[in-house]
Amino acid sequence: MASSHPQTTSHSGGTAHSGSAAALPFRPAGSGEYDEDGNLKPKFGRPLAEGEREIVMDVRTQDMEMNMGPQHPSTHGVLRVLLRVDGEVVTQAVPYIGYIHRCAEKIGESVEWIQYLPYTDRYDYLAAMNNNLGYSMAVEKLLGVEIPQRAMYIRTICAELNRIGSHLIAFGTYGLDLGAFTPFFYSFREREWILSIFEKICGARLTYSFIRIGGVFNDAPPGWLEEVEAFCDDFEEKWKEYNDLLSDNLIFVRRTADIGVISKEDALAYGLTGPCLRGSGVKYDLRKDQPYELYSKLEFNVPVGEGKKGQLGDCWDRYDVRMQEMRESVRIIRQCLAGIQEGPVLAKLAAALKVPAGHAYVGIENPRGELGHFVISGGDKKAIRLRVRGPSFCNLSILPKMLPGTMLADSVALIGSIDIVLGEVDR
Amino acid sequence: MSASLALSLWLQSARLQQQTGAALGSTTAPDSNWTLDLLEWVRTSWLSTKLAGLAGMDQAPALPTWAAAAIGAGIAVGIVIGFVSVVAMFSIWLERRVAGRIQSRIGPNRVGPFGLLQSLADGVKLLLKEDIIPSGADRKLFVLAPALVMASALAMFAAVPMADGAGFTDINLGVLFIVGISALATIGVIMAGWSSNNKWALYGAMREAAQVVSYEVPLGISLLVPVIVGGTLELGAASRLQSGWGGSCWFLFQNPFVLPAFVLYFIAALAENKRAPFDLPESESELVAGFHTEYSGIRFSFFFLEEYAAMFLMSAVGTALFLGGWNFPGIDLLKGGWLIAAQLAVFVVKSMFLVLLMIWIRWTLPRMRVDQVMVMGYKYLTPLSLICVVGASVWEVWAAVPFHERPIWMQLFTPVLVFGVCAVLGAMLRKQAIESAAQPTTRSRIAPRAHAAAH
Repeated sequence: MASSHPQTTSHSGGTAHSGSAAALPFRPAGSGEYDEDGNLKPKFGRPLAEGEREIVMDVRTQDMEMNMGPQHPSTHGVLRVLLRVDGEVVTQAVPYIGYIHRCAEKIGESVEWIQYLPYTDRYDYLAAMNNNLGYSMAVEKLLGVEIPQRAMYIRTICAELNRIGSHLIAFGTYGLDLGAFTPFFYSFREREWILSIFEKICGARLTYSFIRIGGVFNDAPPGWLEEVEAFCDDFEEKWKEYNDLLSDNLIFVRRTADIGVISKEDALAYGLTGPCLRGSGVKYDLRKDQPYELYSKLEFNVPVGEGKKGQLGDCWDRYDVRMQEMRESVRIIRQCLAGIQEGPVLAKLAAALKVPAGHAYVGIENPRGELGHFVISGGDKKAIRLRVRGPSFCNLSILPKMLPGTMLADSVALIGSIDIVLGEVDR
Repeated sequence: MSASLALSLWLQSARLQQQTGAALGSTTAPDSNWTLDLLEWVRTSWLSTKLAGLAGMDQAPALPTWAAAAIGAGIAVGIVIGFVSVVAMFSIWLERRVAGRIQSRIGPNRVGPFGLLQSLADGVKLLLKEDIIPSGADRKLFVLAPALVMASALAMFAAVPMADGAGFTDINLGVLFIVGISALATIGVIMAGWSSNNKWALYGAMREAAQVVSYEVPLGISLLVPVIVGGTLELGAASRLQSGWGGSCWFLFQNPFVLPAFVLYFIAALAENKRAPFDLPESESELVAGFHTEYSGIRFSFFFLEEYAAMFLMSAVGTALFLGGWNFPGIDLLKGGWLIAAQLAVFVVKSMFLVLLMIWIRWTLPRMRVDQVMVMGYKYLTPLSLICVVGASVWEVWAAVPFHERPIWMQLFTPVLVFGVCAVLGAMLRKQAIESAAQPTTRSRIAPRAHAAAH
């Protein structure tokens, strides 16, 4: 159990050496060399002088297996990570998923096009507007239908508001993971307003099904746009509070900077997208790189990690990208509010929708990364195949690579910084 | 049960110690044993005399000494338990209300005025819950652990003088006693973690062991500074030594090294009490609930009560040794019972202020990591506290005479320094707050809203 150095070789009369790997605070077990009898080989073996004795101190510790999850406060849902720990240091981590698998893709093949929309709400339930948008755009691409301008504006406002709401959760729960409780309440205070704004436009607070094929469900009620603007004004002031409270806090920086560094190459190789990729310094945002809807007309920056507090691609960078994105989203919403005009919000479509045969892939920038919908239509009321590329699922894949060698507390920080939603990992 | 037993046994030995301390020339006169006085008063009261008359006696017979001592100790135990429970419950209420305030929510406000009875309601609920002992647990240790933890909190309480001559007791080695007894809780925590047969709990216990062993060093050393300044290990005597300047001549203002020592003591006390940012043994985001993962019901509430009692106790020791104890400007104007009551109030308010600071810190800061906590303890707090001890000793030796006989500039040096440091820190924080509020927003860059005309 003791998390001491597993092996210490000392020469009598000489200095005691403790072997330590370069980057880790502790050396993982099993890294020393043993001879045939199972005794530890001296690390600094030199010929012994006459009368000199070498004392090998060998404290071998036993690794322990721990189940982190599926009921654990910091796995953000029903993720189960099987950890092999040597004291406080994780030596191996295997994530197990599938606890809330609901066959969403298969359902997509058995319900009508429009009926599938509510199922999209449920994969990344923190960003349901964005999920609706992704699915609707994929079907619209096959239909070739033109979306009314006002609908596009409302869609963009809702998607960006939802992005703020989702990042607020990431921010709040990340604080919670690191033992800071108050940011969580602050972020929920603002998120509450976002949810009530959504409630006013579509009646739902979490699973909206508001953005649908051909536009949006209904027009903004009177005063709604003003309220969104009031929210933007308020939010920018509150955003400063978050930074005062958490971002620049020395303990927080020490807990996140240089922890869980994902290199640019790794991020690309593992197919990370969203803040996880941008945190590693890759400027890739589908809103800029493959502009959809109104994004080509809007002015906004794509924040990328700069290694401000530590190495490029550490937990702090990923956190900071989310914080900066919230501000950019406010900027986008303000531009939409300035440009929105009167008009219809839903294109006229048949009630029993038949989609022309063909296939289409549409990827959009979800708060967590690229959410792709690949649909194949046989010209019927139902899809032949509906495939979803979930950002959380792909981002999660880097965990087994990142976790070994970190400390137990760091592993929590790492899982939090990747910001997964298990509803979407499992679908 | 075990708590009461430990305490009563201890009280007897403490009494003995006090008498020997008096015989050896302690700074205080031994006060009369008030629990025994109470028994004597009961014996000679009207009702007792009447009852004795019914039995055909002149007066109720005096109890044998051992019985009187046992009953006296029992009364003291009852008072300590009552006081500790009330203080702990108030602290819990305070924590929840302050947390609510910090987090822009309300906090408990339904049970009793301002929700003051919430802790009581929770206590009743916890009492009525099913008492679960996990099947793989080591039953004896599992049951014993919360009692041991609670006993240490209660025993520590007995040594704190709350007002001049009105404490539970006042031993001449009070500081040493408190530091020693506070370590007892650690054993309880390790027992709890080990006996739970749960890996998370075991982690919590191991972290607790490492943390408390490390932080007792700076805690003890920083407590040495006021001991050097005052020249006594007795908490009551230390408080009495701080009564100059109309009740404001605290140790904090007597020696320039007491302020850093106080800061170090406060940080070490946070770690000792497992309070954020050092709440590693029960860090719920990593270890589910740490050492008390498997505990529920009344056993859990013992751990919970102990935490808050220990918080108050550490604050009380800090108050007695650094912040002037029961002394406050103008308190000398009162007499008799009013003076005792005022001293008690001052002491409790000062301690509660430190508890409030602990609460404030908890709801503001994230948690540190295990190795960071260790690094902080061994690389920073311990050397700094040693420097404080050396500095304070040098200052005292250089000054050579008792505080009130020193030249006036030397007496004024420390208060000016303390207030200067506070003013500079305050100005820095204020500047930072103003700068942060003045950060630009995107509002000015966007054209005024066009949609207002649409509706």
